[in-house]
Amino acid sequence: MQVAAEQTRHRSLKLMAIGTLAGLFSGLFGVGGGSVIVPLLVLWLGYDERAATATSLAAIVFIAGFAAAVQGLYGNVHLLDAALVGVPALAGVLIGSWLAQRLQARSIALLFAAVLLASAAELVVR
Amino acid sequence: MTGAIAIGLAAGIVAGLLGVGGGVLFVPALVLLLGLDQHQAEATSLLAIVPVAILGTYRNDRYGNVRRADALTLGVLSLAGAAGGVALANALSGTVLRYSFAALMVIVAVQLTHRTLASSAQASVDTEDG
Repeated sequence: MQVAAEQTRHRSLKLMAIGTLAGLFSGLFGVGGGSVIVPLLVLWLGYDERAATATSLAAIVFIAGFAAAVQGLYGNVHLLDAALVGVPALAGVLIGSWLAQRLQARSIALLFAAVLLASAAELVVR
Repeated sequence: MTGAIAIGLAAGIVAGLLGVGGGVLFVPALVLLLGLDQHQAEATSLLAIVPVAILGTYRNDRYGNVRRADALTLGVLSLAGAAGGVALANALSGTVLRYSFAALMVIVAVQLTHRTLASSAQASVDTEDG
């Protein structure tokens, strides 16, 4: 009984640590925080990768929604531009998860990594 | 503008396919293609992520992959951190924030490459075993 309570407490503390880290990361960089949440759920709470990704997405709804609201108070949110990238992304998610069942993601992952490196370089030299 | 729409679509495809990539592509697209400054781009990216995450959650929930209680706990416990992160971002200069973001992109790229190569090495081991 006491052991079970202890475990529940540990679990809550781990969730709290992951949530706080992810929130800081998301607010600081303007991203969802999945790259913090997913590996920590796998490492600390024994999640498999699929459940970690799905649970992380659900948490991101709260994290990004709240962080966007706070950024709104600073006057930084551009609604039209958000729609301009966010709405096509919805169609993209449907295409992407359809493709995921049908093709080897390896070359796309490497291509994406290359795009990230090129964009990072452009942000720096800008 | 067409470029931003194309990047939005691409970001969604990558997110659906690899499980990463919403914000990490939205932010540079908003800076490089739509001319927002780094603070505005990060703020706007956060808003654009919300519908994408809702759609992703809905699709995953149908397969029973979302652990709802943990997701809710994580979401609620992250709010203080998120407010702190936003305050920190707004306290930093645009240049510092942009360079930090570029470093983040490099880390994600390395992590993704590592994961991809590791999983295909594992796949070839599996094939050899079989």
